[in-house]
Amino acid sequence: MTDTTMAYSHGDPQLRSMAGAIAHSGPAPKRIVTGYGFWIFILSDMVMFSAFFATYAVLGGQTAGGPSGHELFDLHNVAIETGFLLASSFTCGLATIAADTRNAIWFQLAMAVTCVLGLGFLAIEGNEFASLVMRGAGPTRSAFLSAFFTLVGCHGLHVSAGILWLLTMMAQVTAKGFRADILRRILCFALFWHALDIIWIAVFTVVYLLGSAA
Amino acid sequence: MLGKLNWSAIPLDQPIPMITSGVVVLAILGVLAWVVVKGHLPYLWNEWITSVDHKRIGVMYTLLAMVMLLRGFADAIMMRSQQAIAYHSQGYLPPEHFNQIFSAHGTIMIFFVAMPFVIGLMNLVVPLQLGVRDVAFPTLNSVGFWLTATGALLVNISLVIGEFARTGWLPFPPLSELTYSPGVGVDYYLWSLEISGVGTLVAGINLVTTVLKLRTRGMTYLSMPMFCWTTLATNLLIVAAFPILTATLAMLILDRYLGFHFFTNEAGGNMMMFMNLIWAWGHPEVYILVLPAFGIFSEVVATFSGKPLFGYRSMVLATMAICIISFMVWLHHFFTMGAGPDVNAIFGIASMIIAVPTGVKIYNWLFTMYAGRVRFETPMLWTIGFMVTFIIGGLTGVLLAVPPADFLLHNSLFLIAHFHNVIIGGVLFGAFAGYTYWFPKAFGFRLHDGLGKVAFWFWLIGFYVAFMPLYVLGFLGMTRRMQHYDVAAWRPWLMVAAAGAVLILIGIAFQIAQLVVSIRHREELRDHTGDPWHGRSLEWATASPPPVFNFAILPDVQGEDAFWEQKSRDGQPGLEKHEPHYQDVEIPRNSPTGFVCAFFATVMGFALIWHIWWMVAAGFIGAVATFVVFAWRDHDEYVIPAAEVARIDRANLAERRAVASLAGSA
Repeated sequence: MTDTTMAYSHGDPQLRSMAGAIAHSGPAPKRIVTGYGFWIFILSDMVMFSAFFATYAVLGGQTAGGPSGHELFDLHNVAIETGFLLASSFTCGLATIAADTRNAIWFQLAMAVTCVLGLGFLAIEGNEFASLVMRGAGPTRSAFLSAFFTLVGCHGLHVSAGILWLLTMMAQVTAKGFRADILRRILCFALFWHALDIIWIAVFTVVYLLGSAA
Repeated sequence: MLGKLNWSAIPLDQPIPMITSGVVVLAILGVLAWVVVKGHLPYLWNEWITSVDHKRIGVMYTLLAMVMLLRGFADAIMMRSQQAIAYHSQGYLPPEHFNQIFSAHGTIMIFFVAMPFVIGLMNLVVPLQLGVRDVAFPTLNSVGFWLTATGALLVNISLVIGEFARTGWLPFPPLSELTYSPGVGVDYYLWSLEISGVGTLVAGINLVTTVLKLRTRGMTYLSMPMFCWTTLATNLLIVAAFPILTATLAMLILDRYLGFHFFTNEAGGNMMMFMNLIWAWGHPEVYILVLPAFGIFSEVVATFSGKPLFGYRSMVLATMAICIISFMVWLHHFFTMGAGPDVNAIFGIASMIIAVPTGVKIYNWLFTMYAGRVRFETPMLWTIGFMVTFIIGGLTGVLLAVPPADFLLHNSLFLIAHFHNVIIGGVLFGAFAGYTYWFPKAFGFRLHDGLGKVAFWFWLIGFYVAFMPLYVLGFLGMTRRMQHYDVAAWRPWLMVAAAGAVLILIGIAFQIAQLVVSIRHREELRDHTGDPWHGRSLEWATASPPPVFNFAILPDVQGEDAFWEQKSRDGQPGLEKHEPHYQDVEIPRNSPTGFVCAFFATVMGFALIWHIWWMVAAGFIGAVATFVVFAWRDHDEYVIPAAEVARIDRANLAERRAVASLAGSA
């Protein structure tokens, strides 16, 4: 049946039911269901971040006489941080390709590099947070800093959880090989890691670029 | 060692919570002892607690909701009696206790009655209606249920250990900040909702994926039963709205625990931001509750009118329109914030617009009944009761959507009357209709009809007697949440409202009696056909209760009202000449993951409330470890061989044939 018949089949019940049967052939396979469900989870996570972004947008100017982003942010550090995270997304992609070709050595190598880059990102972020607190610009100083630490920290927590997941996946591939259920989890992990990149790009733009320009 | 927890946390000097909780603890211990002594513990553990079967989980959700309804109603009747007494006096409830009661009443009724009730019914019914064997993620489904139970447990623990929030069902800052609420009450609220919120999100993701990706052959979107459509819309709303609640409560937690300044009065915090955020979740939430009820009414009306649902496509459109517009009206909850006439006007108009698709639905139900052969069984009574009641609630809602009127009625008992009018008349009546309608599917026998009808009439009349006076009281200027008052004109109306609450109590007593009597007479009420109401959708195509795999052969669907079509084409199932070709069926294994994970979540939540940090760490590590252990399993499914599937299916079909031949010879 061609697209044309489908398009004109609304009036005729028999044609419509035939078109329907072609349009829907039953429950989707597991890989599709799992990936789809995880996409929905990522969307919900994005909604949560959007609440923190909105809060940051409202409170961004509320420095309560304390330091503003312009005085606090070091774009040089942030650029390195961003480089680490983007590179880790690339190596995460390599790990996915290695999993697709069932190459355990390349998979472990790419995941290990992803892990190191992720840890590097976290180290720079932790360092930034610590130096802010040392300079008396901790989250309790002003509403702006509360919103800043929460938004950026929430992303950092996601990266930390991602690293725990990454290590679990490395162990699982070692212990169980590229079984179908393990491959589905690798797919979900990759989705998660790339999604964190997308959120970081928004953090980089909204928090750091706009913040240091003001 | 135990953080803020010490013996003074137990309110030994207050008889009401002590006696109540004593009775509850004794009842729980009694049930547990009975279970252990009778040797039911292995059955309970293997067949229910660790079950990942969507039908069992649906039943447990519904059971949780009904138990919590008793708790929430106990709060309600205390408030009604307090206000009936407390004219020029303090009544019998001191202010700090009264404030906890109205906060707990709202929190429990919304999060632990209405939510688990509708999620339970969706869990039970949707995979059956879609003609499939389970939801998309069975084990996560169990995790979601047990996390919801954790939240309910924490709220109820607050009755005995410590206190509950005194802030109302939504903890508005700055009252809910540490400065003004230094106790653990708000912390109980926050952590129980954070934990159960994760459970709700999991359920939402699961059901969205189920509806969109798991449908039987030929079940196109436009041949899904209406309940599946409203399930889709509701769960899309859960996925889009609950993360906002999680984020908002997390910010309040940071304010209270770490001295952040999101909603404080100092250092640039903005308390009105809390209103905006919480209602950006809160308004979709009311549609999360009522859309499944709309779906139930659609199923019930079509079945008991013996007609296809009128205007199916317009119903789909109306459902999805509500799904979207529900995100555009949140500001009508605080017109008095002072956003200005332009903003208020826009949100007022949006709030009136959302009444239009709801009106479309009402007309569709009426036209479905028109010229149908209407059977006034109990589910249909709840549906008709809903239509009348909900229209009144809807109209007072449209009235409140007019900003100038809202400035007068805001925070008055008129508002209380309005939202009970839509939530009891809409959500709860819908839940009761669904409970009566699908009970035989879940357990294999019907509920006693006469007692159900009596319960309905007590509920309906009790509702009007309890809540219509509140509209009047709103016009007389009585604000909500008053522990005592000295206006003589209010008193008679409050007495009438208290009498209404007693009528509802009698209705609840009849519902309990109905359940007990039905269980005792289950053999007479047995449903042998799997289709006790002459249903139209696929859940009636299988046995009652359905086998663990739901359908021996996944049904083939052509068009709307799949089972009705099949019956009118081939006659009742089991009368076909040729036997289908049975195949092996893979079924997910039961797993204690959900229960164990919720156990650790309860420990962690309790420890967070009382600042017992070592216990927080232990609970957190336990919960994560549970998941890693679960991820390490090697066999997550078992196979039911084709011969066994055939045996079960033949027995079911033989039972149907026996009933059909009896009917034929009569």
